Amino acid sequence: MSAAIHTDMNDMLPEAPVSRLEARVAAANAAGRPALVPFLTAGFPTLDRFWEEMDGLDRGGADVIEIGVPFSDPVADGPVVEAASLRALENGVTLRWILDGLKARKDRYNAELVLMGYYNPFLQYGLENLAADAAAAGVAGFIVPDLPLEEDAEMRALLAARGIDLIALVGPNTSEERMAEYAAVASGYVYVVSVLGITGVREGLPPEVPQTLARARKAFRLPLALGFGIKEPKQLEGFPDRPDAVVFGSALLRHIDAGNSAESFLAAWK
Amino acid sequence: MSTIPRMFPAGVTYGGTLPTDGGCACTAAARAASLATPPAPPAPPARDGLFGPYGGQYVPEHIKPVLDELAATFERYHSDPDFLAELEYYLTRYSGRQTPLFLCANLTARLGGAKIYLKREDLNHLGAHKVNNTIGQILLAKRMGKKKVIAETGAGQHGVATAATAALMGMQCTIHMGAEDMERQKLNVFRMRMMGAEVVPAMSGQRTLKEAVDEALAAWLGDAENTFYLLGSAVGPHPYPRIVRHFQSVIGREARAQVLEAEGRLPDCCVACVGGGSNAIGLFADFIADEGVRLIGVEPAGRGLSYGDHAATLCMGSPGVMHGFHSYMLKDEAGEPAAVYSISAGLDYPGVGPEHSHLKDLGRAEYASVTDAEALDAFFVLSRAEGIIPALESSHALAHAMKLAPAMGRDAIIVVNLSGRGDKDVAQVEEMVSAGLVTPPTL
Repeated sequence: MSAAIHTDMNDMLPEAPVSRLEARVAAANAAGRPALVPFLTAGFPTLDRFWEEMDGLDRGGADVIEIGVPFSDPVADGPVVEAASLRALENGVTLRWILDGLKARKDRYNAELVLMGYYNPFLQYGLENLAADAAAAGVAGFIVPDLPLEEDAEMRALLAARGIDLIALVGPNTSEERMAEYAAVASGYVYVVSVLGITGVREGLPPEVPQTLARARKAFRLPLALGFGIKEPKQLEGFPDRPDAVVFGSALLRHIDAGNSAESFLAAWK
Repeated sequence: MSTIPRMFPAGVTYGGTLPTDGGCACTAAARAASLATPPAPPAPPARDGLFGPYGGQYVPEHIKPVLDELAATFERYHSDPDFLAELEYYLTRYSGRQTPLFLCANLTARLGGAKIYLKREDLNHLGAHKVNNTIGQILLAKRMGKKKVIAETGAGQHGVATAATAALMGMQCTIHMGAEDMERQKLNVFRMRMMGAEVVPAMSGQRTLKEAVDEALAAWLGDAENTFYLLGSAVGPHPYPRIVRHFQSVIGREARAQVLEAEGRLPDCCVACVGGGSNAIGLFADFIADEGVRLIGVEPAGRGLSYGDHAATLCMGSPGVMHGFHSYMLKDEAGEPAAVYSISAGLDYPGVGPEHSHLKDLGRAEYASVTDAEALDAFFVLSRAEGIIPALESSHALAHAMKLAPAMGRDAIIVVNLSGRGDKDVAQVEEMVSAGLVTPPTL
């Protein structure tokens, strides 16, 4: 349990920042498997069931849980995540509700927690307050799909001061040079987007994924998490270079929406 | 003021504090100088399309290369002689530019104050200013080797303009439009389909422009390699606000020369309606350096300025990030885009172009709002006074000019951008009149 690393030193700067996310992925890899990184929209399918499924994912062996902060304009997400977001918003989910809920459950999860959401709700919350409250809630990282390198300096610095990673996102059309720019500032893990487009609308993985992974492997010293379009382990068979972590989003949400438990989804990966 | 200074030389981004007081007494020498020297092309914004703190590229990493490619194409061609010749050809021969600057003698006499000039963008091919931009962007698309264009539309004007220019250039065209807007603007939907476009209804949320933008973006991301996203307003991530400004700035460039020719001096005010802000920035662009000219953007106050009843983004909103750019926006406490409303389908957008936010903060432009009822009144008044039926969008600008004019001297000059014609709105207004919801004013 990583609680030893993130004690209640909320307002202290770690002297030598140790990325809990990087360490967690490395631990899974040391055990001979990719780290399992499920994505679950906060407040989906209902407020109560969300917390039950969080427990289920944690029991089921999730190494990192990406919690989706719902937004009505999820430009990088497909219909499944968008529909989950809209339902969560109808359920009254706000960023504050998520952070308060996580604070109340501090140290409950074995998995590391990452918040994934669009920039405006974070901006309106106030980036300094966000960094402080996220640290107090035990959040280890953020993914902000609409915040590329040119725009992310302020948020990255405020999070880093609390020992929280801002995860870099790269895709099939991200050049080696661009990856190198990210590598200079990136921490935690690198989210490698498998397809050019939106989440949850493709069958299977496109053939260029190994090349994308290879470029990222060259550019980053960090673990690589592959996401967008991943449903089952056999999709990764035959990859010359397995990703260090796998992210499941739309497939997991569909599974839950069909009345199944999040925990059962992870079983196939163990 | 003894000259008409151009405060910002070409190639320099404007910045700092600008005076906003009106009035412009010009010397003959300045007049001559101004007439002899055409306005400089729009100054390029700073890094990645920032307008002060606004603009930027708040987009997923995987669409950045596509935007970079577009920006590079635009930088390569916007001043290229061959490109400009082709643009000029289509603007002139296809759209009928230049559009007239018309003095509304009857309306001016009736109001008893400033002279009201209309920049007749309604006389463009398809009846609105939108075609200035669609021609420019589709010529860029051709140079990029794209085969398909995709666009969002609110009132349908941009969709119609896109469908038309796509037909002209032999390109495949898909238009995303809110289902609610499709109902309000049935004939525009039919027009688009006649010209070969596929019109896809946006069924989520309020089913208006915001949802149409989301769905168009999503569809574009799915096939960015072959598809050109033809954005209709001066919004979105860099380079779109810069591109749209550039192609719409023909409005102000012509208007400035025309008013100088007609009056021998610059106008006191330039007035334009603001939804996303493309016709307004098009009118303002070449007047920004003319410090004595008041620039006034007019937003829709809808049923009033309570949350959800209007779309007066600059008057009532605050800065945020939406649809890939930083600007004023209307939003709730959690940062969600607000529900917005206007009688005019072309103005009900919770964001606004980033350059307008910058101009507001600088004090270089002012932003006012006009209610549905005031806009409707102007719609009837212009029709009756001059035999020109304005679009409901443009009626907002006109309504504000009608408030300003009586308080100004008879020598004062107001230029109103009549951004579109009102034929598309006649059925909607007729229904309101028949239902007794509105009574045409007696003149």
